[in-house]
Amino acid sequence: MQDFAQSFSLALMHIVTLDPDLIEIVGLSLQVSLSATVISCLIGLPVGAFVAVTRFPGRSALIVCMNALMGLPPVVVGLFVYLQLSRAGPLGFLGLLYTPTAMIIAQSILITPIAGALSRQVLEDLHKEYREQFSSLVLSTAAQIRALIWDGRYSLITVALAAFGRSVAEVGAVIIVGGNIDHLTRVMTTAIALETSKGDLTLAMSLGLILLFIALGINALVSTFRLTASRYGYA
Amino acid sequence: MLERPLHLKMSGAGGRSADAGVSTRVSDASRHPLEARALSYAADGKLLIDSIDLSFAPEGISVMMGYNGAGKSLLLRLLHGMIEPSSGRVLWSGEPVTEEVRRQQAMVFQKPVLLRRTVLANIEFVLKSRGLKDPQQARRVIERVGLSDLANRPARLLSGGEQQRLALGRALALNPRILFLDEATASLDPASMLAIEEIVRQARDSGHKIVMVTHNIGQAKRLADEIIFIHDGRITEQGSADAFFENPASREAQAYRDGVILTHENTGELNA
Ligand SMILES: Nc1ncnc2c1ncn2[C@@H]1O[C@H](COP(=O)(O)OP(=O)(O)OP(=O)(O)O)[C@@H](O)[C@H]1O
Ligand SMILES: [Mg+2]
Repeated sequence: MQDFAQSFSLALMHIVTLDPDLIEIVGLSLQVSLSATVISCLIGLPVGAFVAVTRFPGRSALIVCMNALMGLPPVVVGLFVYLQLSRAGPLGFLGLLYTPTAMIIAQSILITPIAGALSRQVLEDLHKEYREQFSSLVLSTAAQIRALIWDGRYSLITVALAAFGRSVAEVGAVIIVGGNIDHLTRVMTTAIALETSKGDLTLAMSLGLILLFIALGINALVSTFRLTASRYGYA
Repeated sequence: MLERPLHLKMSGAGGRSADAGVSTRVSDASRHPLEARALSYAADGKLLIDSIDLSFAPEGISVMMGYNGAGKSLLLRLLHGMIEPSSGRVLWSGEPVTEEVRRQQAMVFQKPVLLRRTVLANIEFVLKSRGLKDPQQARRVIERVGLSDLANRPARLLSGGEQQRLALGRALALNPRILFLDEATASLDPASMLAIEEIVRQARDSGHKIVMVTHNIGQAKRLADEIIFIHDGRITEQGSADAFFENPASREAQAYRDGVILTHENTGELNA
């Protein structure tokens, strides 16, 4: 227990003094996960919006798929991306394995279904409400999608936050394709996993604390957005 | 002459002033009559609109009346081209209704659907959808329906009556040739209702065709150039307001006018 208390205060010290190693790891984590979030939204949002407002054969099957893919196990995604990027794989010539780019690719694959499926849900609900008015105005599909995205922006921001939360907290995919290389591909989750197994609890705990704060921060942001939106009649 | 509340600053009854969306005279409405031919709509194996043949007077205000569930809202949706009939057709100047024609129509729904935006932005949205970008136009429309003081309020925080006024303003902003109103004054206070009636009358006077549904008999008497009574998905009579209220031809219309609930006993039909 002594050990724990000591590590804990040391961990806090690391955070308070902005330990450079710590900063580097946290910085890379945020960079990788934010990039993945942006990419997942750029792909997921338009797909989700299109599925939300259009009707075509196979649509319900596609929705079931999108929803199912939200639960992709990170290690499976990691393995898949590894196989593509490894020297023998089809994309091996790019030399991306064990780089931050590989990690961004893996996390993007992991969370694009989340961005797509959740925004589909958000926009479809809104579309149900607006449909008659849109139909009366004879709006084009593109104009409908633009209006829905704008009016659903508060909910869509929470979708992006959910995707970010999932990517920043996952370890399985980034450890396989990133390899937790010091100063290169070390992110919070992989560092925690490996430092803990090596017995360096101090670093693991400071990173754990930061991760926890990020998770809490995301939740706080989500509630703030929800509250603001409903208070001002935009929800 | 009706007294107008101060917050409803409206132009004079002539509707000639250039300050509002509806005051521009639309092109000769008599060349664009609206018709339904053998129009039917069925859902869940039930015939809700039963082969209706109907020609609207080419100008003026046509008021549709009928019991709850008679099919009035459904018929408006069909006429506006929002839903496909099971059989039969809706014609405009003898031609099938195209998207281009539908763009010249507007509808105010029984339950107004407002965007999650401010009052002003709601109007600007429909103006933009028609490629109209005059920034003053939206303000004029808002003023016309008496919502100037609320221009920057989120539309969904308005009261029920204010929402209906906004929905009406939004429809008028489109300067439609045909305006469909589905109980558009149902939750307005008496002053606002009279003010809206005045706007509707002005719209009629400047050449817009109005097809409206109301359960308010006083309103029907004040506005109607013709009355169409619909019962069980069928038109049972169509004629002048005077004729309709003084001497309704069908038993259902008479019962409706007198506020009698239809039952098996008094109609001998299935109207529990
Ligand atoms: N999509 C639908 N599917 C099944 N039934 C429907 C559908 N739309 C309307 N109906 C039914 O058709 C009938 C007519 O509905 P409608 O909304 O036109 O009534 P209304 O005359 O406008 O009545 P109210 O005065 O209450 O507004 C109702 O019995 C309604 O339940
Ligand atoms: Mg109705």
